[in-house]
Amino acid sequence: MTLNSKAFIAGIFEHPLRLAPEKSLPQLHAEVAKGALDDAGLSFSDVDGYFCAGDAPGMGAINMAEYLGLDLRYTDSTETGGSSPVVHVGHAVAAIAAGKCNVALITLAGKPRSSGQATGTAPRTMGSSIPESGFEAPYGPTTSNMYGMAAMRHMHEYGTTSEQLAWVKVAASTHAQYNPNALLQDVVTVEDVVNSPMISDPLHRLDCCVITDGGGAVVIVSPEIAKTLNRTQVKILGHGEAPKHLNGGLIDLTYTGAKWSGPLAFDEAGITPADIDYASIYDSFTITVLETIEDLGFCDKGEGGKFVMDGNLISGVGKLPFNTDGGGLCNNHPANRGGVTKIIEAVRQLRGEAHEKVQVPNCQLVLAHGTGGSIGTRMGSATLILGGEDA
Amino acid sequence: MSEAMKVPVPMINEETKPFWEATILKKFLIKHCKDCDRHHFYPRSKCPHCHSLDTRWVEASGKGEIYTHSTLRKAKVPFTLAYVTLEEGVSVLTNIIDCDPDSLFIGQQVEVVFRDNGQGSAIPYFTPIN
Repeated sequence: MTLNSKAFIAGIFEHPLRLAPEKSLPQLHAEVAKGALDDAGLSFSDVDGYFCAGDAPGMGAINMAEYLGLDLRYTDSTETGGSSPVVHVGHAVAAIAAGKCNVALITLAGKPRSSGQATGTAPRTMGSSIPESGFEAPYGPTTSNMYGMAAMRHMHEYGTTSEQLAWVKVAASTHAQYNPNALLQDVVTVEDVVNSPMISDPLHRLDCCVITDGGGAVVIVSPEIAKTLNRTQVKILGHGEAPKHLNGGLIDLTYTGAKWSGPLAFDEAGITPADIDYASIYDSFTITVLETIEDLGFCDKGEGGKFVMDGNLISGVGKLPFNTDGGGLCNNHPANRGGVTKIIEAVRQLRGEAHEKVQVPNCQLVLAHGTGGSIGTRMGSATLILGGEDA
Repeated sequence: MSEAMKVPVPMINEETKPFWEATILKKFLIKHCKDCDRHHFYPRSKCPHCHSLDTRWVEASGKGEIYTHSTLRKAKVPFTLAYVTLEEGVSVLTNIIDCDPDSLFIGQQVEVVFRDNGQGSAIPYFTPIN
């Protein structure tokens, strides 16, 4: 059995704010939910399945069902960090195909910017029941030094350079100049990136994503409901997800879980990386993109540095237009979790609703990939293949 | 982790207590599986490789090489986070101390050193072998 085209993305919404000190966390969830339902032409009373992750308050779906006033018969609070919404889309398709719900709402929201969170450079809190905490917490692991270690090893094994990593940011910033909501809208050069302050070797400030408040939402519907809606319906052709971890100490930081989630998604969709017109690639750091592109099969392992050079990720210039909203590197990384924005821009591309300067012509097959957790330790990876009406 | 920084107290549970008791004796323990004859780290009661529950503590040589490293320049006191691959084949997260961070390289030989936290355990760090 395949779940190819068993459900459709009917609605999307990205919160326009990047700093939201006046709004509560559940309020942000509610605003993005309303936006995505309006976009789909549906209402809160149509929703019978709800999906959220650890960014939602309390017990997640249960607390949010009450706050939003939802009448549900299916909930899923799967937590895989920043990749959670990408995972949720796959789970929503499975639930819809199994007849467990017909209209699935996925929300993500958070306020790390207004709360002054030092997302990348402060150690993460680890609870006493987390098995690895005693063996990691004493050493000051943060998001940036963990990703820095992955980049350092990739450079060692494959000769990847800081200049090559910088090209990822250059491409994102080239796209972000057309997004009036993007936190960073200035186009930067390779020199700007490598001359920006070192955060954690070998990653510079401009290798790191933004810290933003806000959020996003996605509405998934059954084929029967999709037929009743006026919006362009986006087909969900394939989904794959996989955790990657330290494997009992036999570690390799040069690849991500995309190595497994990618082939699962491509197999279900029945296509190959060469068929992809546009890709949303999770970009917490430049190294995240570079490793993921290799793992998804857009180039051979170790060739990512050469692949991203010379504008190869820039829409209208390169072979693989990516993150045309400016991505997490420039536009938005709400709640320190960028997965939902990856889905949203991929859907915009298929609908022909990306900014005209970055819209990919005749865009019919796209990929959205999420990475959650840390490529320096353990992560949740998830890949979606989406298609337009003619796909 | 600089000498000036306070040595932290690790989270210890029923399963990991022997590891931390050994640190006071300057011994670095890892787990070995009696069924598949492989080591693993972080230590746990169940072998993550072959799924056996028959694991035992063994003392590692305390020597290894840097798998990768990153110095957090943005920290108030910059420090180096690293993975060290032990001679026994498993890699451990650690700090490289008593060194110039700019002189470190992947493949560099290092050995374990212990810093007592005064709370019943010591934290194992690694330092370059001259």
